[in-house]
Amino acid sequence: MRAGVAPRSLVRAPALTRAAVVLGGGGALLLVALVVGVGLGSVAVTPEEMMRVLGHRLLGLGATSGVDASIETIVVDLRLPRVLGAMVVGAGLACAGTVFQAILRNPMADPYIIGTAAGASLGATIAIVLPLMAPALAIGAAGSWLGIGFVQLFAFFGGLGTVLLVIGVARQGGRLPSVTLLLTGYAVSSLLAAGVSLLMFASGRALAVIFSWLMGSLAGVGWADLAIAGPVVAAAFILLLARWRSLNLLLLGDGPAAHLGLDVGHAKLQLTLIATMATSAAVAISGTIGFVGLVVPHVLRLVIGPDHRLLLPASAVLGAALLVLADLGARLAGGIPVGVVTALVGAPFFLWLLRRSRRVASTLSA
Amino acid sequence: MTLVVEAAGLHVSYEAEGGERRHVLRGLDLAVEAGELLALLGPNGSGKTTLLRAIAGTLPRDAGRVALFGRDLAAWPRVALARRVAVLPQALSLPDGFRVAELVEMGRAPHATRWFGSSPEDAAAVERALADADALDLGDRYADELSGGERQRVLVAMALAQEPALLLLDEPTLHLDIAHQAALLASVSRLQERRGLTVIAVLHDLNLAAAHAPRIAVLGGGRIAADGDPASVLHPALVRELFGAVVDEARTADGRRFVVPRAPSAARNEPSVPSARRYS
Repeated sequence: MRAGVAPRSLVRAPALTRAAVVLGGGGALLLVALVVGVGLGSVAVTPEEMMRVLGHRLLGLGATSGVDASIETIVVDLRLPRVLGAMVVGAGLACAGTVFQAILRNPMADPYIIGTAAGASLGATIAIVLPLMAPALAIGAAGSWLGIGFVQLFAFFGGLGTVLLVIGVARQGGRLPSVTLLLTGYAVSSLLAAGVSLLMFASGRALAVIFSWLMGSLAGVGWADLAIAGPVVAAAFILLLARWRSLNLLLLGDGPAAHLGLDVGHAKLQLTLIATMATSAAVAISGTIGFVGLVVPHVLRLVIGPDHRLLLPASAVLGAALLVLADLGARLAGGIPVGVVTALVGAPFFLWLLRRSRRVASTLSA
Repeated sequence: MTLVVEAAGLHVSYEAEGGERRHVLRGLDLAVEAGELLALLGPNGSGKTTLLRAIAGTLPRDAGRVALFGRDLAAWPRVALARRVAVLPQALSLPDGFRVAELVEMGRAPHATRWFGSSPEDAAAVERALADADALDLGDRYADELSGGERQRVLVAMALAQEPALLLLDEPTLHLDIAHQAALLASVSRLQERRGLTVIAVLHDLNLAAAHAPRIAVLGGGRIAADGDPASVLHPALVRELFGAVVDEARTADGRRFVVPRAPSAARNEPSVPSARRYS
């Protein structure tokens, strides 16, 4: 059967109209999230006031913004960095989750799975507890380095360092077997979690600080945090998207991907490190916020399919918008942890989607 | 004739339980010429898949030389190799959520020239691969909707999209019924002729191999123990020697030779006398 020409081309550009709808819709959602996130709160800010403040501060329009100074402070110093921080964290976690689910071919994979969360938590806990135990360090800790606090630095390098350790232990020759990576990450995480527990037990009055960090919060995010975490997450996103073909091939399994010309060990190593950079940067400014990185990729895979060309950008946009709205919910509900909101709203929606989807999470079943 | 595959003195071993090494291939020699269709047979665990993977370059070897298209395997860049050698592995789980055409397009990965999309050449190659694998009608289906036979056709199409010169098939007829087995191997030999492919196929069924492959190589003791046309390889004595199975031989009306397992009652009556019953 060499039936010449098929009725229409079977190979389509990544379904351009679908991509336009998904990304256009996502962009609109992101804009709504931005306006609502900055506008709502104990003091309401109208979109017009917002525009005038931003026009004055960012574009230099007008001698003054013509808006009450307190409103200007709320918008520029409090809400805007917080909303942008939520976007950076949400996008970073959702992208990292997408990547870890693909390279580990495991539907339970999230950005924290191979030790980032445990490492970052231990780093942050040490940074919180250390000044109490060694008062000489308190001066350094109270100050900051390039505007970034000790806790953020320790969390970032704690997460990154842990993953490097896990990779080092799990690597066999040039290969990075997924199951070994997964189990090594689990074991190292458990070890570090024990360290966190021990420090919490011994921390005395710092317990509440540690606990609130572990639950995750965007309350303290400032421009200095964004200046570091934003570019890291943006660079990670671009580097991951550039590897969309490798990510798609890895869904076939290590052997078939190698037969199609992919240096599997090298690709996995690169992808793991890039995704870990994004995760560590996110965790450093927000603590460990769960659920976004696990569920956003799944929801999108069920709706738009597993092609990473579209899946990665869509994950970034949806993760960003979702976390802004969840953080808004947390703020309006009197400052409850944002992770509680993501789980409370996200889990039922995810369950509903799983029930009605024909193609359950089996996209990743190996 | 150029040699497509040349293996000489090939040694491959695995680390077994307890740190000992299990030597699977021990000094194997094999030469395959361009355009050949070779069926690779052998008892379970004799190293058929190991040999295929050693040829494909995805398995480290202890000693010996493998050259593909006259060039040492180590000298082939991975992507350049993937443009000329396609492998259909034994167990490949197709990820759900991709349309068949998208999966087949993954076979174009080693040829990719565009950063983000596919070129017109990619699109043409995918259609040609689907057509040659009798899978054009499956292009818009999803992997989880395919039957076993359709799935194998899609896998063949993926391999063909690579536009290889050498096709390595690891038990392509696994899980297929007798009609689909014959159809698949018939289409492989058609392709071999039409595209000038060199094919090495690991098969389990001696008679299936005899019916479709002009050349059969049997693995035993870590080497090629028998190599030749079906008539010379399918001797009951050889089958007994290599597989430890007692079989009778049978001929079809047109004189082709096959082997049939001897019934348990008859197998007890040693020594065996090759029978010349007609079998059609």
